[in-house]
Amino acid sequence: MKSRIPVVLLACGSFNPITNMHLRLFEVARDHLHQTGMYQVIGGIISPVNDHYRKQGLVAAHHRVAMARLALQTSDWVRVDPWESEQLQWTETVKVLRHHHSELLRSLPRREGPDHSRARTAPTAVPELKLLCGADVLKTFQTPNLWKDAHIQEIVEKFGVVCVSRTGHNPKEYISGSPILHRYRHNIHLAREPVQNELSSTYVRQALSQGHSVKYLLPDAVITYIRDHNLYTRDSSWKGSSTQRSEGKTGWEESASPQNSS
Amino acid sequence: MDNSEKTEVVLLACGSFNPITNMHLRLFELAKDYLNGTGKYRVIKGIISPVGDAYKKKGLISAHHRVIMAELATKNSEWVEVDTWESLQKEWVETAKVLRHHQEKLEAGSCDHQQDAPMQARPGQKRKWAEQRQDISPKKLLEPKPKDVPKIKLLCGADLLESFAVPNLWKSEDITQIVGDYGLICITRAGNDAQKFIYESDTLWKHRNNIHLVNEWVTNDISSTKIRRALRRGQSVRYLVPDLVREYIEKHDLYSYESEEKNAGVILAPLQRKPADTHS
Repeated sequence: MKSRIPVVLLACGSFNPITNMHLRLFEVARDHLHQTGMYQVIGGIISPVNDHYRKQGLVAAHHRVAMARLALQTSDWVRVDPWESEQLQWTETVKVLRHHHSELLRSLPRREGPDHSRARTAPTAVPELKLLCGADVLKTFQTPNLWKDAHIQEIVEKFGVVCVSRTGHNPKEYISGSPILHRYRHNIHLAREPVQNELSSTYVRQALSQGHSVKYLLPDAVITYIRDHNLYTRDSSWKGSSTQRSEGKTGWEESASPQNSS
Repeated sequence: MDNSEKTEVVLLACGSFNPITNMHLRLFELAKDYLNGTGKYRVIKGIISPVGDAYKKKGLISAHHRVIMAELATKNSEWVEVDTWESLQKEWVETAKVLRHHQEKLEAGSCDHQQDAPMQARPGQKRKWAEQRQDISPKKLLEPKPKDVPKIKLLCGADLLESFAVPNLWKSEDITQIVGDYGLICITRAGNDAQKFIYESDTLWKHRNNIHLVNEWVTNDISSTKIRRALRRGQSVRYLVPDLVREYIEKHDLYSYESEEKNAGVILAPLQRKPADTHS
């Protein structure tokens, strides 16, 4: 019997702050991959972007990492990794993938000799690291000069993408509209979130700055943290647009300047 | 307006809560922020009233479980609680009756509180109160000022508002009572549709000042139906319902293809009642 390919899901993004929607991405992606019969999801990583990303309203990385950690307290398979946020400068997404992939390979148990009890069973497949994102991110691949073509290719060819649907987006269109994506479409998994949810960090920040409740949109522990550290208040540097939908969840390949519209 | 001039409000949400989800809980938060934001109201409590089993809705699991899940969901809430009165009744109870029950309970509670006040005071204060009592007529003591009794309002989504149009589902006098005597807070994405619906109904239009439409800018589609479907298909409902609720569902294996067939072919209780049978 063919054994399933072990997979770790990596989500890059601002997580400013982390919300139940982000946490749902992992759940939906895992269910989807399991239902293909081909994969076994063995872990999830949240990688908050570096402060040098310089996105407007981005609170300090150590807060964003702490909030993600609190949100994942009750998760037995997803963790936060601060490596990207601790680098001296902003890091392209493909480099973050490369880093975590080599870490993953390094942590594999070393195979013993033929006497090892495992020799009987089918050899464990090498785990794959896949980029987890929303459909809005897949769309940004199209933006001219935003991503290096070579990077897009490496991401879809060498790693693979699990893309969770989002209202107002048609990921199949994005794939068929791009030669590279189309070529590696077998490695782009489109997962459908059965419960449409337009929740975004932008909305959460807006609500907080107006003193409105965000309970049940993100874990209680994160809300407490935000309150204790006085984040996202009206006085904070956030001046985001209320119509902005795109969270720009992965890094900008060319420069640190933010995209103005999606 | 300072707090003493604001009308105190208790939000009551009726429904199946089969199961309760983060969306239900959000309704309370949105309603509270809205009402408090008007400056005229102060929301002091939220009540979740799960419907009784006699409602006979398809897929409705036992009230016992639904009540416990709602209690688990509100464990961390400082102001929303669960009330079991409706679920414990043997027959299905019209929403207007549930509202009336809770409003009367508030009025009775307010009365008792005023009478008991002297008992709860410290000895020093008690004497002072006793002296002052001579100036207050007994009748005044027993009748709480209308403004002092909190007002019950029905909290709901647009689906409930628009269900007023379903033939034979609601008695017209009940609708009148709900919007006339109590008031409705309706959380909706499609504000225009709801406004149109109100406009097209003479009863609703007449009491439009008592119908508050609160816009839900972020589509939050976490319906119980979708949760049950996901559970049947072995899909995760994590972060859609509170963790304690999810764990309870898993532990008791509550939702399955079998459970969804409960009451299949049975007519919903409100539709079973002929107009002549019922007196509100």
